[in-house]
Amino acid sequence: MSITSTVGEFLVLFGTIFYFLSTLGLIRMPDVYNRMQTATKSATLGSLGVIVGVGIWAIGHVGSYSWVTKTIIIAVFLLLTNPISAHALIRAAYKSGIPLWEGSVVDKYKEALEREEGEQ
Amino acid sequence: MIGINIYLLIIAIATLLSMYRVFRGPTTVDRLVAVDIMTTITTGLMVLFALYYKRAIFLDVALVYAILAFLGVIAFARYLEGGI
Repeated sequence: MSITSTVGEFLVLFGTIFYFLSTLGLIRMPDVYNRMQTATKSATLGSLGVIVGVGIWAIGHVGSYSWVTKTIIIAVFLLLTNPISAHALIRAAYKSGIPLWEGSVVDKYKEALEREEGEQ
Repeated sequence: MIGINIYLLIIAIATLLSMYRVFRGPTTVDRLVAVDIMTTITTGLMVLFALYYKRAIFLDVALVYAILAFLGVIAFARYLEGGI
C-alpha cells in the first residue's frame, strides 16, 4: 500500500458516498425541480471524486501514470457537460408547463419573463 | 484492493434507487432526470471497472459513453421543449 493508493481510495469512497446521497435526494424530493437540484450537483461532485480518485489510485496499484491524464480528461468533460444537460432538461420541464411544488416561494424565471413582456 | 467491491456495491445500490424514480416518476421529465443521473453514475462505474480489470482501454469506453449520453439527453430536452 503506497500513499497514492490510500489517497485515491479515499477519493473513490468520497465519490461513491456522494453518488448514494444524490440518488437519495432523487427519490426523496417533492417535485422535478428540487430533484434536479439535488441530483445533478452531488452526482457531478461524486463523479469528480470517483474518476480522479481512480487515476490517483492507479499510480500505486497499476504502476502507470497515463491513467491520470485520461481520467482528468473524462472528469473535465463531465464537469463541463453535466450542468448544460441539467439546464436544458429543466428548461424543457418549465416550458412544457410542469407546475412548481406548492411550498415553493420564488419563481425568478417567471418574473423575468413578465418583465420582458412589460418592456415590449 | 479489498475496498473496490464495497464501492461497486454502493454504486449498484445508488443505481437501483434511481431505477425506482424511472419506474415511479409522475412526469416524463422526472424519468429523464433519473436516466441522466444513471448515465453519470455509469460513467464512474466504467472507470472503476477499468481499475478492477487493470485495463486502460476501458477508460476510452467511459469517455465515449459520456459523450453519447450527453448528446442523447440534449436531444430529448430539445424534443420536449418542442424544438425538433
